[in-house]
Amino acid sequence: MSNEVELIKDPGLPAHVHRRADTDPKAAARAEQQVAILFVLSAIGTLLLIYSYIFIKDDKFIFIPVLGNTNLHQLGLGMGMAIALFCIGAGLIHWAKTLMPDEEVIAHRHEFRSEDEDREEFVKTVKAGASAAGLGRRPLIKRTLGAALGLSALTPLLLLRDLGPLPKDDLTKTSWKKGTRLVTDPGDRPIRPEDLEVGAVAQTLPELAEGEERTLNNIGKDAVLLIRLRPEEFNLDAERLSWTHEGIIAFSKICSHMGCAVALYEQQTKHLLCPCHQSTFDVTRAAKVIFGPAARPLPQLNITVDEEGYLVAGAPFTEPVGPSFWERSS
Amino acid sequence: MTARERIAGNVAGYVDDRTGAAKWMKKNLTKVFPDHWSFLLGEICLYSFVILLLSGTFLTFWFDPSQREVIYEGSYEPLSGLKMSAAYASTLDISFEVRGGLLMRQIHHWAALIFMVGIVVHLLRVYFTGAFRKPREFNWIIGVGLLTLGIVEGFLGYSLPDDLLSGTGIRIAEAIIQALPLVGSYIAFFAFGGAFPGEAFIPRIYTVHVLLLPGIFLALITVHLMLVWYQKHTQFPGPGRTEKNVVGYPLMPVYMAKAGGFFFIVFGVTAFLGAVASINPIWLYGPYTPGQISAGSQPDWYMGWLDGLVRMAPPIETHAFGHTISWNILIPGLILPGIMFTGLALYPFIESWATGDKREHHLLDRPRNTPNRTAIGAMALTFTIVSLLNGGNDIIATTFHLTINQMMWFSRIGVLVLPPLAFIITKRLCLSLQRADRDLVLHGRETGRLVRMPSGEFVEVHEPISPEKAWLLTSHEQLAPLELPELDGAGVRRPGALKNKLRNRISRATATAVPKATETERRELEGHH
Repeated sequence: MSNEVELIKDPGLPAHVHRRADTDPKAAARAEQQVAILFVLSAIGTLLLIYSYIFIKDDKFIFIPVLGNTNLHQLGLGMGMAIALFCIGAGLIHWAKTLMPDEEVIAHRHEFRSEDEDREEFVKTVKAGASAAGLGRRPLIKRTLGAALGLSALTPLLLLRDLGPLPKDDLTKTSWKKGTRLVTDPGDRPIRPEDLEVGAVAQTLPELAEGEERTLNNIGKDAVLLIRLRPEEFNLDAERLSWTHEGIIAFSKICSHMGCAVALYEQQTKHLLCPCHQSTFDVTRAAKVIFGPAARPLPQLNITVDEEGYLVAGAPFTEPVGPSFWERSS
Repeated sequence: MTARERIAGNVAGYVDDRTGAAKWMKKNLTKVFPDHWSFLLGEICLYSFVILLLSGTFLTFWFDPSQREVIYEGSYEPLSGLKMSAAYASTLDISFEVRGGLLMRQIHHWAALIFMVGIVVHLLRVYFTGAFRKPREFNWIIGVGLLTLGIVEGFLGYSLPDDLLSGTGIRIAEAIIQALPLVGSYIAFFAFGGAFPGEAFIPRIYTVHVLLLPGIFLALITVHLMLVWYQKHTQFPGPGRTEKNVVGYPLMPVYMAKAGGFFFIVFGVTAFLGAVASINPIWLYGPYTPGQISAGSQPDWYMGWLDGLVRMAPPIETHAFGHTISWNILIPGLILPGIMFTGLALYPFIESWATGDKREHHLLDRPRNTPNRTAIGAMALTFTIVSLLNGGNDIIATTFHLTINQMMWFSRIGVLVLPPLAFIITKRLCLSLQRADRDLVLHGRETGRLVRMPSGEFVEVHEPISPEKAWLLTSHEQLAPLELPELDGAGVRRPGALKNKLRNRISRATATAVPKATETERRELEGHH
């Protein structure tokens, strides 16, 4: 055919170009020396490591530009190890590249597909094996085996049951009760309203009863932020306003998004920001979400003062604190 | 025969008498491996895995995986007398009391980062060059499995010290588990042995981190390598390289020396990083307590894109019939990553379905010659990079004097707009490169030499390119698009017509190309000159 397109042809593997070390014995001797020097450097690296381990005190610091004040013991160990390992590698590769044969070799590939005959034989073998076992002819065995295997898969699930207790009301209840005092964290001191200036923030926890230990589990649910504003700055409905006391408002510190501590308070804008995912809550509007992925305000804690003038919870939280979960009703 | 040769012969004979391995060894010691820098990426992963096993074993000798409360009495003064978990205290001890302990901790962490970078870049190399095509689909899936497990393993690893930063990461993981519909709170309580944080989680993830996952890694890596060995490595196209051969260097001695040497180089570089580059200085963060946090909390980079997705999620929750579904957690935390990893794992099958190409491939593609695949890769990469940037939005905002809100809106819009844009631009770019290749073959290389013709006209002299280069630029196949029947003989829609129509359309998009230059065209052009 005259109009058939002719493609550009494969010129084949280019001719091999010899390296200098292949033809010039002097170049080869030089390469050998270079490899040897690298191995010697490696040995020096290990000696540096040994020296640093034994003789450099682990509290000795020196100033090194870029790195700043650096622990000499740690630096000596690390650099010794790095030099020792790197130079072995560099030597081996230099050796391979300069002195070992660099002529490219061609190996052949074969298609993975087996001969049709073999494939048929294989299928036959499988069929013969299956029919010898007779699963198809004995449905009773097949079904009971299936049921037995299926049931036995329940064993690990069952055995894992005691990994933990059921949640019960653990996710919905906190330690806050009507009359629980708010105490500082750290310090465990009760707080009077006058301890907080306008604009101040305090991290608080519920007061412990005599002999009670505070666990991280408690802190994970009970942590509460106190923020004091001027009362006229609030933009709350009557009920929520009654939960504040002399401009002091209390929120759960556990983010309603994923449970991080909502720790950043911006005094000017009166915003609370969670550093994990930047959910931002407006303190003046009962921690309404004004930005970020959180879908719910931080739960507000009803606070008041007891007869001794200390801040206490006026009521427990009215909703679960922390991230959402399936059983949460609102 | 020298004494050494005699001993070697005796050893070989001894082994062969008992295993009959002589033939197999002879064949495999001279096995040919093609050479290319990008084939070292997978090796980096393998070697950093070995470094992780070695340094990790060292760390287990001192690390106490327990959340039992202890009072710190070690030599790091700022934390002296503080209550903390035994896990955190023993990590401080490794850093400050054990000689070389800090070095090993830093090597372990750096090796983990290198392991993950290595996997991702290796994956990109395999993807963009089409090395995942038949017969290597299994190995691709194993690779995706290793990537996924690597992310989990890395997360568990940096969670072990129980410092304020990592504890916050665990808190977020717990919130994701808790957000699962129906079973979330139960699984969370089983995983943590009760309410968060409890005292069971660190010991449990320790077993997973040092035993279960490394075991699975070892098995998967072994199969991964055996398949590479058995199926022989792919090679880049070039003169003398075909689908039927492998051009390269024999395992013994060249590859043994190079690969062995490269292990030491990777280890050396990791040790250097461990020596001079501080990483995860947990003593600065303090022990974990759920009531505290530090600003700028960031996960390691391979988790960062997930965190970025969570950050940019719109605040949507459904409350109905006394139940809550947190879409703001489920979509970015589980559904999107699920879709991405499933798509990644199935990609070889999707592509071969779209192109109808069911043949074996051992020659790699140049990315420009498969514009659609390259563009899809660029799209996925853009999506991940925007997410990753948003995972550091607070750091970026403070560094570049932006507001968090600007960053967040950039990401929210960018994550939807930029990936399709990347697709279009990449595809155009690939086609332009194909056009440039074609011009180069037909018209030769621009020499920059101007010649004045007798007529006064200036022309630039073009030099023909070498036959090797011309072959490289034209050796790829250009597949015709599928033409599956949409109507039957009588002009009526066939069953499955819609599927065929879709497939035809995808196939047409995939087959878009600038026709490659041919010898015929070259000759015709020569005739004109």
